[in-house]
Amino acid sequence: MSTAVVSDTWYMTQRQFMAFLRQPAYLIITLIQPVIWLFLFGALFRRVVEIPGFGSGSYLDYLVPGVIVMSAVSSNMWAGMGTLEEIERGTLNRFLITPVRRSALMNANVVMQAMTTAFQSVIIVLLGWIGGAHYPGGAAGLIVLIVASSVLGTIFGAFSNALGMLVRERESIIGINTFLLLPLTFLSSAFMATTLMPHWMQVVARFNPVNWALEAGRSAMSAHADWWSVLSHGGWLVLLSAAAVWLSMRTFRSYQKSV
Amino acid sequence: MNTETRTTPLGVVPDQGVPDATDAAVHAVDLVKTYHPKGRGKAQPEGVRALDGLSISVEPGSVFGLLGPNGAGKSTTVKILTTLAAADSGSATVAGYDVAREPDKVRRAIGVVAQRSGADPVATGRDNLLLQGRLYGMRGPQLTRRVDELLARFDLADAAGRQVKTYSGGMLRRLDVAIGLVHRPQVLFLDEPTTGLDPEARTAMWEEIERLAGAEGLTILLTTHYLEEADKLAARLAIVDRGRVVVQGTPDELKGELRGDALAVELAGPAADELRVIGALGSVEGVRDITLAGRRVAARADDGAAAVPAVLAALDRIDLGVAAVTVSRPSLDDVYLRYAGRSFSSAESTPEGAHR
Repeated sequence: MSTAVVSDTWYMTQRQFMAFLRQPAYLIITLIQPVIWLFLFGALFRRVVEIPGFGSGSYLDYLVPGVIVMSAVSSNMWAGMGTLEEIERGTLNRFLITPVRRSALMNANVVMQAMTTAFQSVIIVLLGWIGGAHYPGGAAGLIVLIVASSVLGTIFGAFSNALGMLVRERESIIGINTFLLLPLTFLSSAFMATTLMPHWMQVVARFNPVNWALEAGRSAMSAHADWWSVLSHGGWLVLLSAAAVWLSMRTFRSYQKSV
Repeated sequence: MNTETRTTPLGVVPDQGVPDATDAAVHAVDLVKTYHPKGRGKAQPEGVRALDGLSISVEPGSVFGLLGPNGAGKSTTVKILTTLAAADSGSATVAGYDVAREPDKVRRAIGVVAQRSGADPVATGRDNLLLQGRLYGMRGPQLTRRVDELLARFDLADAAGRQVKTYSGGMLRRLDVAIGLVHRPQVLFLDEPTTGLDPEARTAMWEEIERLAGAEGLTILLTTHYLEEADKLAARLAIVDRGRVVVQGTPDELKGELRGDALAVELAGPAADELRVIGALGSVEGVRDITLAGRRVAARADDGAAAVPAVLAALDRIDLGVAAVTVSRPSLDDVYLRYAGRSFSSAESTPEGAHR
């Protein structure tokens, strides 16, 4: 039984991965957008580090995790659009008529989101490195950052899928995404050290999952890694992703009932 | 109008030839399904009744047609029989398995070509077939051989390596059928397989379905809202209206039940006295079921062509000029009109509770 889940998940993931590779425009945009952010924000905010209390060597060093996490959010929050398209095209129903394990269909989404986010994050790390960024935490720090951004990606991917199956209209997904992306990013330490934020923003940021991923990543990437912060923020991320995946499974079941 | 036959519409169904539950390929009893559309709860608090006690039985190895206008409940029936949706009440078996209790066994026994193509447009035709086979547990050379065989058979070998989004409508439909056949199902569901195809592709699809019907004891359940398609392809058919079967039988039985040809007379001017017209035509031998609406007179005749001169003479006798006369063999449209109580085209334009 369980081997069938694994092989079904593998085949469904492979399908999504091939679709990803076969859409070069989409692939290129996924890669170019972070480059723009990295070098645009890098140039724009270059002198921010000079503010007393910012406490970082170069802004590019500071910015790389910010862009990685922002990209993880912005690319995964559109996952629901794909699911919606599969529903409308009848592809999802075609799979539901086969003996494929139901869980494999949703598992494939999670695996795919985590994989593409990790891939995108690695590219940004390399681009930052080419641009002259330093990673004092070494490989361990980078791995924590990439894992944290992938988990964050699955959180937003799962919520987006749940939303897509629930409301079944593109407008809602577009509206919610454009409404959420910038506040979530700016209410975190992505571009600005939290210590320099107004007090109320610091409070809000503490409950922002985008900030959890950044805190976990930054703590592991500093020269003196704070593993307690990595564990606590990482723990909250994993808990939230479990909740998000559970929610998407629930809405998937209710979709099956509504066919 | 002859009201006598309308009181017993099910009297047509001959009981011989209808298999019982145990050896039928598809057997559905009293299926009921109500949809509750979101956001429109106030307009229809009781929901839309898509199926209202539908029962069918399909003999193994035959083509069975479900004929009805859009919104009659055909697609809902297919969704329930293919385990996609659950009926509110009633029961059904497909290939001997209960759709509600043994969905996994049903899924392995059936192939489905849905109304909307489920093919992945970004993947190639070959990849779509390979994935479908893998989901049924097929692997290795056995799978690739089967895929090659299907690609060749449906004339898709040249396009196999191309993304499906580049396919024409006819090619896509052929791929859909191939996808439905990868795992050699016992029962194939074709849900409006020719809707949206151009006439040429439709004819090609009909030939394909006829070929399939002859092979390997495959049972085909076909839904359609084209009368000629059901007439041409189905060995037996059930006419569905408002979520129930109004009549079933072979196309010939259903048409034969109407006894005789349809006679339509267009008068040159409006008839002043309806009863005189009906009386005049009623005196002609073999003419019956006379109805008059404005300048149009409709009737049935055992031999339409032979009745025409007598009908013209009878109308001439009461000083009524005739603009046109047409004689036609009974069609399924006539059958539909008689059993659903409305013409097929009028049911199409005002679908009751239409919801795909």
